[in-house]
Amino acid sequence: MFNNAQEFFNTLPLIIMGGGIVISLLIEIYSDKNKVILPWFTALLFLAVGLHSLFYTNDVSIVMQNMLATGGNVNIFYAIFTLGAAVVTLISIDYIKKYDMYFGEYYLILQTSVLGMMLMAAAKDLFVIFLGLELMSISFYILAGMNRKRAKANEASLKYFLLGSFATGFIVYGIALIYGSAHTTSIDFITTNFAGLTSNLLFVAGVLLFLIGFSFKIAAFPFHMWVPDVYEGSSTTVAALFSTGGKSAAFSAIIASLFALFNGPSGNVFTPYFAVISVLSMFYGSIVAIAQVNIKRMLAYSSISHAGYLIIGLAAGNHDAIAGVMFYLGAYTFMNLGAFGIVSLVEGKNETNLDINSYAGLASKKPFLAALLSILMFSLAGVPPFAGFFGKYYIFIAAIESKLTWLAILGVISSAISAYFYIRIVVLMYFKPATNDFQIETSNSAMLGIITSVIIVILLGIFPGSFLDLITRFI
Amino acid sequence: MIENYIPILIVLTIGAIFAIVTVSTSVIFGPQRPNSEKLSTYESGMKPVGTTHERISIKYYLVAMLFIIFDLEVIFVYPWAVEFKRLLGEIGISVFYSMLIFLVVLELGYLYVFKKGGFKWD
Amino acid sequence: MTLQIVLFFIFAAVSAVTAVIMITRTNAVISALFLVLNFASLAGLYLTLNAQFIAVTQIIVYAGAIMVLFLFVLMLLRPENEKKILDMKPKLQIFAMIIAFIVFIQIAYIIFFAQPLQNISPDLTNSIKAGTIEAIGRELFTKYIVPFEAAGFLLLAAAIGALVLAKKKFE
Repeated sequence: MFNNAQEFFNTLPLIIMGGGIVISLLIEIYSDKNKVILPWFTALLFLAVGLHSLFYTNDVSIVMQNMLATGGNVNIFYAIFTLGAAVVTLISIDYIKKYDMYFGEYYLILQTSVLGMMLMAAAKDLFVIFLGLELMSISFYILAGMNRKRAKANEASLKYFLLGSFATGFIVYGIALIYGSAHTTSIDFITTNFAGLTSNLLFVAGVLLFLIGFSFKIAAFPFHMWVPDVYEGSSTTVAALFSTGGKSAAFSAIIASLFALFNGPSGNVFTPYFAVISVLSMFYGSIVAIAQVNIKRMLAYSSISHAGYLIIGLAAGNHDAIAGVMFYLGAYTFMNLGAFGIVSLVEGKNETNLDINSYAGLASKKPFLAALLSILMFSLAGVPPFAGFFGKYYIFIAAIESKLTWLAILGVISSAISAYFYIRIVVLMYFKPATNDFQIETSNSAMLGIITSVIIVILLGIFPGSFLDLITRFI
Repeated sequence: MIENYIPILIVLTIGAIFAIVTVSTSVIFGPQRPNSEKLSTYESGMKPVGTTHERISIKYYLVAMLFIIFDLEVIFVYPWAVEFKRLLGEIGISVFYSMLIFLVVLELGYLYVFKKGGFKWD
Repeated sequence: MTLQIVLFFIFAAVSAVTAVIMITRTNAVISALFLVLNFASLAGLYLTLNAQFIAVTQIIVYAGAIMVLFLFVLMLLRPENEKKILDMKPKLQIFAMIIAFIVFIQIAYIIFFAQPLQNISPDLTNSIKAGTIEAIGRELFTKYIVPFEAAGFLLLAAAIGALVLAKKKFE
């Protein structure tokens, strides 16, 4: 399996994650105190894997018979997934007790979904991408329906499953066509022979189907139907994971498998496709979000429009754009997780306080929470000096470099529209009298998760260069 | 190559012919004098109520799903078992460990299902 | 060689006919049984293509395990209600026909017009060996170890999920 100890060491994030799943399973089966141990074990496992991958980003290699890449970008993606999942774990601990739906399996499935994401980011073969995607998606379907007694959660799970497996069908069809034209599933071969392959209609059709399938997973416009219903129906914490981890993993898979697309100075064969769906998602997400009264639905539409901004990076298709996409994914993960975390805290027991008007006057009752939410909303809207601004900035600059200025301008217009519904929350919290008595149960673990993500958002906003340098070193 | 499978084809053909012959002979040669009493479900009993397609419990479904999962596990073991000795000579003990990891993960899943009462009918 | 072609036509005819019968039956259970026959004839087609292991897997997994699941679902649901939905929405049938036609055109295009990257002349002796259980075992445990272990975790997640979502009295 491994040629030397260094290769084993480089693969450690995946091995620790797999080992962690096995140990968690044993804890769940045998320990009497599993309700206390398992959540914290999960959080620590994610933290350990995330920090390990961040520290060893320099160990770039290809291991396991050209199946997995390690180090570099892959490790940065690992860190985004696992640290994000650690925050999800922290905000889940008290949330699932509030809803009286404690299952140890929740944490187990969280771990398997993260393992799937990591496989997608590390893949050097289309088979690995497919298996990682399935591992992640199946875990997501289960997580969506975890709150079994709620009819809406069951509906969300089923809807997600049906539409998600349809999307997976597209991806498999695409992989089959790619294999049929290239006679291999090795990503290295596809990358080196990309120019020759794109003259083959079969190959282009395969890649297009592959991209359409992933457009479902990243919730881009024509394939977004499931997003609002699934986010609303499933638990808030789980929706946080879908909108961050799932989206980052899909982007990591596109970047890993079609890196040849993003090698040139500007644009590629698929730039028209990317440009069209990015414009549609940005505007659809921003405009429809204005009409939403449920905050989870609002965040769902906001996640559609963020998918649009990210796809601008893919349309631009140069190295700076990919660096910008990765930066934006990191920033977006933590700001969205923080926002969903606060929503999960404010949310009452039977789905009360989910209306955006119930946030009126939060600042007078819970000033600290309101301040945190304001920071996250400003960051989501793209107001400097927070992380969200620099993410958009890098992507738009890269788009202008590739002579897609019109796309960058449309992106700026769309973020101006979206600022309306983000800032509306802030206005409601600070300038409206309280109509709600906010019986928020204190939860130290959730606060820890939210504060961590706010700190990361602020740090990425103040020192964007250091993270960007880390990314650009490997592209 | 395909010639090796001819015996299976012959068995299938004989099976099909046997089924067709037995059913058709009884239809052709058996005396048939139907009347409404004979065609009723119970000739001298109660009139049946409802459809013949009763809904079954979802528990069967759970059993079928678990069956598929462990059926697939076994599918992976066949090629390993056939090729094990040759691969052991070529690439060493790692071929044993890769299957060991796979089986440990799945048998822990089996243990989990067992401990959680997945096989209990309640 | 000629035997292979004769068998191919027999299995192809059986699979096409059973597929048509399957979608035209009104009783869903009968449809499911014809689907079993369809799977069995597909297994025969795989054999004529020298994919022995896949043929056996097709029988064990699809015709066996997955069809059992299908039948359980059919008996769990009320198929009569499903039929009513289709009768109420005739447009759905037309839509389905259009989609099926598009898929047909697409597959026909791929088979008859699409050019592979480099011409590969069929290598008969190697292609006979490629589908055997030995060849698949060799590939699986030398090259494809990572997907293999990932499949283990995938099945684990599926087992856990089946229990969490479908078990009635779950603690």
